[in-house]
Amino acid sequence: MASIAMNKPGATVLLMGNEAVARGAIEAGIGVAAAYPGSPSSEVLTTIAGVAKQMKIHAEWSVNEKVAMEVAGGASFAGIRSFCAMKQNGANVAADFLVNANMTGVGDAGMVVFISDDPGGMTSNNEEDSRTITKWLDNPLLEPSSAQEAKEMIKWAYEVSEAVNLVTFVRGVTRISYTKSNVMLGELPEKKEKKAFFPDLWDMYNPKKSKFTSGPFPIFHKPLHEKLEKAREIFERSTFNQYMGPEHPELLIITCGACTSYCTEAVDELKAGERVGILKLGTTWPLPEKLVAKHLSTTKTVLFVEEIDPFVERNVMELAASLLPATCDLTFYGKRSGHLAPYNEQSTNLVIDALVDILGTTYQARDLTYDEEAKKAIQIVPDRPINMCAGCPHRATFWAVKKALQLDGRKGFVCGDIGCYAMGFTAPGFFQSRTMHAMGSGAGVANGLGNLRQFGFDQPVIAMTGDSTFYHAVLPALVNGVYNNSSFILLILDNSATAMTGFQPHPGTGLLATGDPAKVVDMEAVCRAMGADVRVCDPFDLEDTTKALLSMIKKDGGTRVIIMRHMCQLVKARRKITNKYRMHVDKERCLGDTCGCDNLCTRILGCPGLMVDREISKAAIDEALCVGCGLCADICPSSAIIREEAI
Amino acid sequence: MSRRRLRKEPFNLIISGVGGQGNVLLSAFVGAALLNEGFMVSVADTFGVSQRGGSVTSHIKISKKTLYSSVTLDGKADVILGMEPVETLRALGEFGNPHVVVIVNPRPIYPSGGATYPDLDKVKRAITKLSSKTKFVNATEEALKMGNPIYTNIILLGSLVGANVLPITKETMMPILKERFPGKLLEENIKAFGKGMELIAKA
Repeated sequence: MASIAMNKPGATVLLMGNEAVARGAIEAGIGVAAAYPGSPSSEVLTTIAGVAKQMKIHAEWSVNEKVAMEVAGGASFAGIRSFCAMKQNGANVAADFLVNANMTGVGDAGMVVFISDDPGGMTSNNEEDSRTITKWLDNPLLEPSSAQEAKEMIKWAYEVSEAVNLVTFVRGVTRISYTKSNVMLGELPEKKEKKAFFPDLWDMYNPKKSKFTSGPFPIFHKPLHEKLEKAREIFERSTFNQYMGPEHPELLIITCGACTSYCTEAVDELKAGERVGILKLGTTWPLPEKLVAKHLSTTKTVLFVEEIDPFVERNVMELAASLLPATCDLTFYGKRSGHLAPYNEQSTNLVIDALVDILGTTYQARDLTYDEEAKKAIQIVPDRPINMCAGCPHRATFWAVKKALQLDGRKGFVCGDIGCYAMGFTAPGFFQSRTMHAMGSGAGVANGLGNLRQFGFDQPVIAMTGDSTFYHAVLPALVNGVYNNSSFILLILDNSATAMTGFQPHPGTGLLATGDPAKVVDMEAVCRAMGADVRVCDPFDLEDTTKALLSMIKKDGGTRVIIMRHMCQLVKARRKITNKYRMHVDKERCLGDTCGCDNLCTRILGCPGLMVDREISKAAIDEALCVGCGLCADICPSSAIIREEAI
Repeated sequence: MSRRRLRKEPFNLIISGVGGQGNVLLSAFVGAALLNEGFMVSVADTFGVSQRGGSVTSHIKISKKTLYSSVTLDGKADVILGMEPVETLRALGEFGNPHVVVIVNPRPIYPSGGATYPDLDKVKRAITKLSSKTKFVNATEEALKMGNPIYTNIILLGSLVGANVLPITKETMMPILKERFPGKLLEENIKAFGKGMELIAKA
């Protein structure tokens, strides 16, 4: 973290892409940074917040991406350079503000938004390509190919933003955000006091004089397109667009972002440097058309390589169509031709496969006999499904939910949401969740299901949310439920952190992004004030929690809330809070395979801290993993798992 | 640029394990050491959901001249540090080749939900068959002897450095450990690191 604020221009440090993005924003002299945590972008704001006081930056975790975007907007309007970071989903949430803000643009100080997309959905439940949003919003877009370039691009994006008076986007992907690599630091801005001031500029019919409020939209929409043309002119000259290869390549690869190194590596690996040229675009929207047209004229064959959607591919093909007949001899390969897929992550190997086919060459990664042996050997490797951590309070909550719904017997189910508890639709959550969509959608969908009584619907509906998600997007759904008298139970899994993305604080934690104390927005009081029936449980009091749940389920009608409060085990570990139990298995009492429970503890409860002692086919505690939460003792039908008070 | 020799360009190290074993910390240490030795290095970890008990792989690509892409090409690993046996075998299946060096902690972590884990001896045999240069280091066992399984990854770091397969030494590693661990923790981690070096020398 220390290197982020280091004023040693020219020094090389190892930075994660997200840290390089943060450093870029700091070098650009931002005054305000706002974000909502979402992998793969979360570390950007964490990094800025870590040095915010020292660098005189206001850094905040906003409650959601739209508010974060508006916070940054406000700062820019008052002349302070501002910055926002989010994951791809965040762009959807924030877009509504921007589609309006674009009618007038930013203030005198630039505003830059970093969005990290997640090809392959490694940390997401979709693999949306946010570039399409940038295009329909009409904002300039840059795509870095490395951490170093990410840092430089963020800085340059402020110049673009200020030159064309628009929010400028920088699109990363998981591999850019999460890869650590050598980054050479630039200069930190000189510390000069800048007074924020909101200029009073408004003229309903004159876009030139009205900076922050638009009048009749066609009048204000026209200059937006002129700004975009100006951005295109700037992009034509950008050194972030580079060509490597022969003057007249047999094949021209057009690529951008993380795929750039896949292409250079693939060409090296195939020793095809004399046949293939690579045009790497750093500015992908608006397309630098003159530059691209120049390169199209040097070849007959083009391959597009990019993450997720055929975004550059379609834009270049549209350009090629406008250049007909000059482009009539061109053959295009990419996602449309099926040489690469418009889903999942790209890789050097996938580019090699495409090149082998197009160039008619061959490639062998390793010795063939070895390859056969290796493929045979891994047949014994088992799948390793993801799991909740040992000691995770969500496991206890899902156990109670499963039990209570079974006892009720009306085929009740859970509408899930985004967070660690998203595992609710898999084995670690005992398959209790049946829906999972956007942030806050569990409560939203439950609203709809909870008002179907006249259609004969009588299944209990439990909406689940985490504490951070509650503040992000569940509040409006809860108001809606109370107001429209929708019948469902909202379970708030309050584990004192935004656990899935790295334990960031939120309005319920009493902490700010900088670590300073904050006012606590009391979720219990908020729910009561809204008029919901509220209870608070500790899920590790399994019996009480199950009873409370069952009684809430039986109380059909109206919106009811149970707050499941227990600190995330990983947060406990960070704060050196130990659980009070030391667990062991009474080998006499455990009946192993002869017990009728069918390995309830290891197979169903599935805590990583439990294992089977194979020599005696009985349950055992894995001392390397057990954290002593004591949950397994409550579920063993033979009372063979013993918790001793260790402290 | 580094004065140390690099045996291949790029040189590919893979650290494979299970989420929660500390592979991210380990790869960050190795990356920092390589940077301090003047190399161009890229370190790519598995983040997000898989951290929760899933299979995780860190790719470390080392070069004297350029930054390569984040992920190792199929069949191109030079060294695999396996924190768990079946995860080592999984990595070999994808990235192994006849020249790969393997250092492996033979302590299994069983998949959740009662999935069957293959016979450990069979797994060990499969690993040795795919890499004649395999060394077993009982890191978890030693960490438990030290009183906390958390030392497993630092013991393995000691073994990795002690194996002399990377262009880094104990001297490169020490300042990095010192920067990361305060006071008594440093002492324990240096002890763990030394244990790892000792184990690999005997393996």
